[in-house]
Amino acid sequence: MSQVAFLGAIEVGLVYALVALGVFLSFRILSFPDLTVDGSFPLGAAVAATAIVAGWDPYLATALAMAAGAVAGMVTAFLNIRFRILHLLASILTMIALFSVNLRIMGRPNTALLQEETVLTPFLGGSLSAHEVKPLFLAAVVVLVAILVARFLASEMGLAMRATGANPRMARAQGIGTGLQVYAGMALSNALVGLAGALFAQTNGFADVTSGVGTIIIGLAAVILGETLMRGRSVLIMVAACIVGSIVYRIAVQFALEIDALGLRASDMNLVTALLVTVALVLPGLGNPVSALLRRNGR
Amino acid sequence: MIVVDNAAVVFGRSTPLETWALHKVDLTIPEGQFVTVIGSNGAGKSTLLNVLSGDAPLARGRVEMDGIDVTRWPTTRRAGLVARVFQDPMAGTCEGLSIEENLALAATRGTRRSLGRSVGRARRADFAERLRELGLGLETRLTDRMGLLSGGQRQAVSLLMATLAGMKILLLDEHVAALDPKTAEFVLGLTNRIVSENRLTTLMVTHSMRHALDCGDRTVMLHEGRVVFDVGGEERRGLDVPDLLRMFSRVRGEQLDNDSLLLA
Ligand SMILES: Nc1ncnc2c1ncn2[C@@H]1O[C@H](COP(=O)(O)OP(=O)(O)OP(=O)(O)O)[C@@H](O)[C@H]1O
Ligand SMILES: [Mg+2]
Repeated sequence: MSQVAFLGAIEVGLVYALVALGVFLSFRILSFPDLTVDGSFPLGAAVAATAIVAGWDPYLATALAMAAGAVAGMVTAFLNIRFRILHLLASILTMIALFSVNLRIMGRPNTALLQEETVLTPFLGGSLSAHEVKPLFLAAVVVLVAILVARFLASEMGLAMRATGANPRMARAQGIGTGLQVYAGMALSNALVGLAGALFAQTNGFADVTSGVGTIIIGLAAVILGETLMRGRSVLIMVAACIVGSIVYRIAVQFALEIDALGLRASDMNLVTALLVTVALVLPGLGNPVSALLRRNGR
Repeated sequence: MIVVDNAAVVFGRSTPLETWALHKVDLTIPEGQFVTVIGSNGAGKSTLLNVLSGDAPLARGRVEMDGIDVTRWPTTRRAGLVARVFQDPMAGTCEGLSIEENLALAATRGTRRSLGRSVGRARRADFAERLRELGLGLETRLTDRMGLLSGGQRQAVSLLMATLAGMKILLLDEHVAALDPKTAEFVLGLTNRIVSENRLTTLMVTHSMRHALDCGDRTVMLHEGRVVFDVGGEERRGLDVPDLLRMFSRVRGEQLDNDSLLLA
């Protein structure tokens, strides 16, 4: 693998590490199987790209993308809590609605950012090439986010959120407002996915409404792979596992794509990922908690 | 002090499955009293506790605690007043979290939770000290997953959790039913100690007539959603298990054999 291809894989792996963290929060912490991410990822991209084109500061635009993701997560939580719509269905409704919303936001299927200022601009033009700056910048963002998430989960508030997903009845008996926790957790989860979308758009130079297809399954693959590679119950390890899982997954995919004998194309990615996740779910003895969670009905 | 006034609970209202779990319950429990609750399966015992914890909404009537009308308060809001231990050892704890994390959840019950560390050094030392008092050797296993503990150990920890934060009312729903006789005696002894040390107003549901008479200072029997008898003080002191059974059949006007209650 060429160095450029390798750095490229790490770059994408880092962007999707944020998705993996979001998926980890919804699926693992809240026990809320959430497919909103397929919509909140392109939402983050669309919001950031549109705001940047409109002349916003790229950092503000990125923050706005996170806020938009948070709102999307809260809509799903609202449908589930207020109207008792099954989580999966509630999230599919939001996801489908977001497809139209994203088109409205951009006013067209895609927006180019190649000439625009992005969050990377302050770091370009130095001795490092763009291929090197991007993964470095993303690594810094991902590590910062991961530390904040781990620290939050270790706090009293974070513990209340974990109890909500693990045993809601017990949580309520301890005075935890479980509804509020689900809103907060879903907002946080989708804000991270929105951030991933915003960074994806800025590192790739475009936002595209179709870029969200399969986001959830890539995030799940990263979480499952991470949990298989790194086992441990401390929140720091669980959070780190999401990142490692995402990067390892991307490098593995890059390798698979480069083996000519396999004859894979980039467009086969979603098929390969779906197969991988299926295998992880079906394999006996793998016993990873994500597969247990996916096979269990509701909570 | 707890006042339950004309309380009724119905499940599946206006459906073919409509069930009145409580018909009309009036109960006044003075501060610091320890009441044992007996009755056959489906009598409404758990429902009564759920009414007090806020888990079962009332179709009619009201609930007062410490002179405040809490009828409309959800479970979450009552958590500062009420602590409970569930019948199922799995129900009252999070098996995926560690022992110390479960304790930390209980220690912050009914309070505002902060962004500070849930288990800091001071808290950990305090938890270890309290676990040592249980005498189960759990003080060295603070970071073990709750799911690794046996049912009896989990119930003992649940009981300890109930006492970690301030509260006035302790609800125990057959909390020793799943335990072997020796562990049951141990957890029951612990219950008596905790209740008297903290002067808690307590309701304990049990299927054991023995426990119902040996613990606490008043016994209430429910049948089909109604209080069918209520004894305390001198009258109760003179009672033995056969008397309790006789009283029950007299009130109900029907013959019940010993087993149907004991095994119920
Ligand atoms: N969630 C519910 N939905 C429908 N009916 C219910 C529900 N909870 C309880 N009931 C019914 O209410 C009645 C009282 O139930 P409850 O659980 O209070 O009995 P119990 O006295 O605790 O019995 P046990 O000794 O078996 O625990 C029963 O007829 C039961 O079937
Ligand atoms: Mg019961």
